[in-house]
Amino acid sequence: MGMTAYHRPTTLLDALAIRAGADVAVLAGGTDIFPARIARAAWGDPTHRDVLDISALPGLRDIEETDDGWRIGCLVTWSALARRTLPPLFDGLKAASREVGGMQVQNRGTLVGNLVTASPAGDGIPNLLALDAAVEIASPRGTRLLPVAEFLTGYRATALAADELVLALHVPRLEGAQGAFRKLGARHYLVISIAMAAGVIATDDTGRITEARIALGACSAVAQRLPGLEAALLGVARAQATRVPQPHHLEAITPIDDIRATAAYRRDAALVLLQDLLEARA
Amino acid sequence: MIDLAFTLNGAPCTVAAPPFAPLSDTLRERLGLTGTKEGCNAGDCGACTVLVDGAQACACLIPSAQAQGAEIQTVDATQGAVGAVLARLRASFLAHGAAQCGICSPGMLMAAADLLLRDAAPDRAAVRDALGGVLCRCTGYAKILDAVLDAAPKAVPAPLAGEAVGASIARLDGVAKLDGTDRFGADEAPADALWLRVVRSPHASARFSLGDLEAARRELGLEAILTAADVPGVNAFGIMPNLKDQPVLADGLVRFRGEAVLGLVGTREAVAAVRDAALPITWHPLLALHGAEAASAAEAPQLHAHAPNNLLIEGRLNRGTPARDVAHAEGRFTTAFVEHAYIEPEAGYAQPAPDGLGMEVFACTQAPYMDREETARVLGVAEELVRIRPSACGGGFGGKLDVSVQPLLAVAARKLNRPVRIIYSRAESMASTTKRHPASITARMAADAQGHFTSYEFDADFNTGAYASWGATVANRVPVHAGGPYRIANLRNRARAIYTNDTPAGAFRGFGVPQAAIATESLVDDLAEQLGLDRWEIRRRNAIGRGDTTHSGQVLHASAGLPECLDALKPDWEAMLAQVASHNADEPRIRLGAGIACMWYGCGNTSMSNPSRMKLTLARDGTLTLFNGAVDIGQGSTTVMAQICADALGLPLENFRFVLGDTSRTYDAGKTSASRQTFVSGRAAMETGLALRRRILALANAGDDAALRLEGTQLHVGSARVIDLATLPADLEAEGRYDPPTTALDENGQGTPYATYGFAAQIALVSVDTGLGVTKVRRIVAAQDVGRAVNPTLVLGQIHGGIAQGLGLALMEEFLPGRTENLHDYLIPTVGDVPEIAVHLIEDPEPEGPYGAKGVGEPALVPTAPAILSAIRHATGVTLRQVPVLPHRLWEQMR
Repeated sequence: MGMTAYHRPTTLLDALAIRAGADVAVLAGGTDIFPARIARAAWGDPTHRDVLDISALPGLRDIEETDDGWRIGCLVTWSALARRTLPPLFDGLKAASREVGGMQVQNRGTLVGNLVTASPAGDGIPNLLALDAAVEIASPRGTRLLPVAEFLTGYRATALAADELVLALHVPRLEGAQGAFRKLGARHYLVISIAMAAGVIATDDTGRITEARIALGACSAVAQRLPGLEAALLGVARAQATRVPQPHHLEAITPIDDIRATAAYRRDAALVLLQDLLEARA
Repeated sequence: MIDLAFTLNGAPCTVAAPPFAPLSDTLRERLGLTGTKEGCNAGDCGACTVLVDGAQACACLIPSAQAQGAEIQTVDATQGAVGAVLARLRASFLAHGAAQCGICSPGMLMAAADLLLRDAAPDRAAVRDALGGVLCRCTGYAKILDAVLDAAPKAVPAPLAGEAVGASIARLDGVAKLDGTDRFGADEAPADALWLRVVRSPHASARFSLGDLEAARRELGLEAILTAADVPGVNAFGIMPNLKDQPVLADGLVRFRGEAVLGLVGTREAVAAVRDAALPITWHPLLALHGAEAASAAEAPQLHAHAPNNLLIEGRLNRGTPARDVAHAEGRFTTAFVEHAYIEPEAGYAQPAPDGLGMEVFACTQAPYMDREETARVLGVAEELVRIRPSACGGGFGGKLDVSVQPLLAVAARKLNRPVRIIYSRAESMASTTKRHPASITARMAADAQGHFTSYEFDADFNTGAYASWGATVANRVPVHAGGPYRIANLRNRARAIYTNDTPAGAFRGFGVPQAAIATESLVDDLAEQLGLDRWEIRRRNAIGRGDTTHSGQVLHASAGLPECLDALKPDWEAMLAQVASHNADEPRIRLGAGIACMWYGCGNTSMSNPSRMKLTLARDGTLTLFNGAVDIGQGSTTVMAQICADALGLPLENFRFVLGDTSRTYDAGKTSASRQTFVSGRAAMETGLALRRRILALANAGDDAALRLEGTQLHVGSARVIDLATLPADLEAEGRYDPPTTALDENGQGTPYATYGFAAQIALVSVDTGLGVTKVRRIVAAQDVGRAVNPTLVLGQIHGGIAQGLGLALMEEFLPGRTENLHDYLIPTVGDVPEIAVHLIEDPEPEGPYGAKGVGEPALVPTAPAILSAIRHATGVTLRQVPVLPHRLWEQMR
């Protein structure tokens, strides 16, 4: 423990230099890093990578409206997101923000941290996929934007290079769109998802679906969109959407058996969650 | 280390701390603010909740570096808006009985303060959301919700002399639990204490050899590396007097994952920095036997020399000749390991006496005298040389009946001749301490055409894990109770405890009876269905009552209120059935269901002496002191003993002072288990009060009904006489003792195993989302015969808490060694899971009990899980024979 160096820079330049110079764990809210550390220490591995605490970096705590949509800074917490006035497009993400852990975790944990940890059960991730969000990444070489689907490369793996930091998420505007989220867990509060579904649906004046982006979490190593279902939803009356999801729309998912549920159950439950997600609301 | 400056409870604070150390650690170890508790260090339990810049957060998830410049408020806050809200909440928690063991109370208070500062008049849903991140294992959350919602509670006025029993007074130890000053195992240690860290086996079954430990010790900068060879006395402990089968430190062989292998002693930094991989341990893994079935197989290796076929013990009960009848039900049932999940991990310190023999151990425990015996044997000294000073106990539920840290600390302190402290991590606590026995049960039950039960057969294997612990107790208690609280003439019951390479299973609220009740109550529902009888009706027809004979041949002469419990539930049951029928008529997916279950529970040890002894002194300076050895683990025995003793003596509670649970100052009141403290120690407290009263009356030559009044040293006896205590030659002293009358069980399990039994019935309303297999408990109504409710608020607290644990057993709790060793993979109910609970207290007085009282703690848990299973079946038509009913299990059964 004593060997772990701890950096808490106050400028992005310094942060990028530290990140490029050493193998560091990037810490914002700490809600993933501390549990992982204590679990390792309990079984005899008290060592930890050096820490780059980005919480003192300026200008990253806001949700700003831009020409194309919104920019969510990497230090925006779940609670800040839940409190912010945002269009119905964000309702799914907001719902997730109230179901992550308890309020203690929501007050400290960040949406970007949830993405970068890249757990299959990360509640923010299917929502970001449905929002078509892009990741703003900085390095000494400059900044780049990467769609969330490309950012996530596998089980707890991302496309983030060793010298890069995620600065923000960009969510494009989608007029008239409504977001939704369904989380399935074995208890209320403080629960890791067994499966979850997130979606963004846009409709025209006649109530027909003009755009549908649907994603499932905790049903594969990486949360994923369901292009087949999305295509099937196009042109469907919103009130009929709940009837659209079919087992063949789930062919691409690869759920597993674990302590929380079986793969067969997850596959079946995912379909029910999708039907619930697409239930027309008054 | 960095220098930090922040605002702490309204005042500037500077401290040097490691930047990556959790803020909870800096608050506790560097600033001495031990009111902030650490239950998991992973953000799973919320005990460490503080306010950071006005928002609740887990201090265990915040690097100390992030405190720089922040405004931190803890449970210690007394000033400003936070202080004012906390003061109001403390009074409300106290009045409502919202604190039991108190370990979660600081976190609950801070979470509630966070809400009330944002919203002065929240609704129940908002309170749930605000408290959703704090786990409580004692209360079932009901009283906590009430306390947060009720801003201006009415405190119960202090009862007059002779009126304490039956009064819902606030717990006498409550203030310290709510202002952060109560001292739990991790909250106190001598400044010069070294730290102990235990190296534990990563293998469930292995031999190991040790290399050059002295070289490792030097290299790692440790004071000592302890091995089995360092145990000065007998390297063995265990519950059974003749079976000490668990080593303090393993001697070349480990039998479960998590078994203690080495003890690292040194500075906190030094022991924490050691990588287990850097230690010279060579492992030779062996075949591990997981589960009782594997361990019972013919080819299974024998784990202990004294236990052929890995059979620890078999308990039996035979009565009459079971046979088939008009209705016949049978089934096979399985239950999981269940973790106690007290929010306080084991902790404490040992302080050696300078003479090289004596030892004082301060730690959380449910059984100080048993700890003393175990520690003395391990040290190889006389028991009188060991003093056990129980810390406040942050939840026990049976899990702190066995020693954990005590012998390890004593061995380390003896070896180093210095005080040594330890705090188990959550994972260590879960991996190394006892669990509820997983049970594999086959049971049969028969009834005649009128629905009268005629036969019952029960055959169960209980996985007792690697060491015996309380396995024998489970095997003896279960056959007596398995048939349920019903008149049955023919029974054949078998319960075996089987050694395996799993985590040791021990005592957990109910000692195997909850597992048996899951099987039996399911069969009762089967019989009702076959006979076309209502589930309440079949239970009422068979309910055992006064004058009936138990399955062990004991006649219940008094205090057998199950029929009254069922009668009290009848209107609720009818209403619940009507609600279900009406709802389900036009709702295919979210189905409601109502369920019912009964239970009985013998108070005290099974056919074994379990005396309690107390002392009361009235000193010449007018001080009245009850020396009470019963450990209050949150259930409220300190308060209950006082209420009983006060009325027996005839003086008001405010005259009393207390010396509690210290083996050098109190007599042995036995362990806090088996629902025995109110019944057994309460009776001893009553006898103690009566004995002092007799002395006083004799001294004053006054009649039996003379009222007492104490004013300074003036003791008024009746209206005419006054004793000036200061003029007496000696302090007045009296003792009381009680050992419940029982007899040994014969080879057929016949006899009088308990002096009295608790009875209860519960009904549950659940909703099942048949699409997802998710069960939500909507309402529980309990009726429990408690003999006499000495303190109704405390009794309700026990019932609420038992129901919450029963709900967890039914729906979510499953300990899997190596896989659910934390409180995010091992789920216990949160404030969002426990339903509305209504309770009917039935008071059928027990003549042996103090003022008619008997045990309450365990009975409440027993009927909950079977009632929920019964309700799920009613909702879905599916009979669940495996718990917990995780969504995927219910879904599989419904397909």
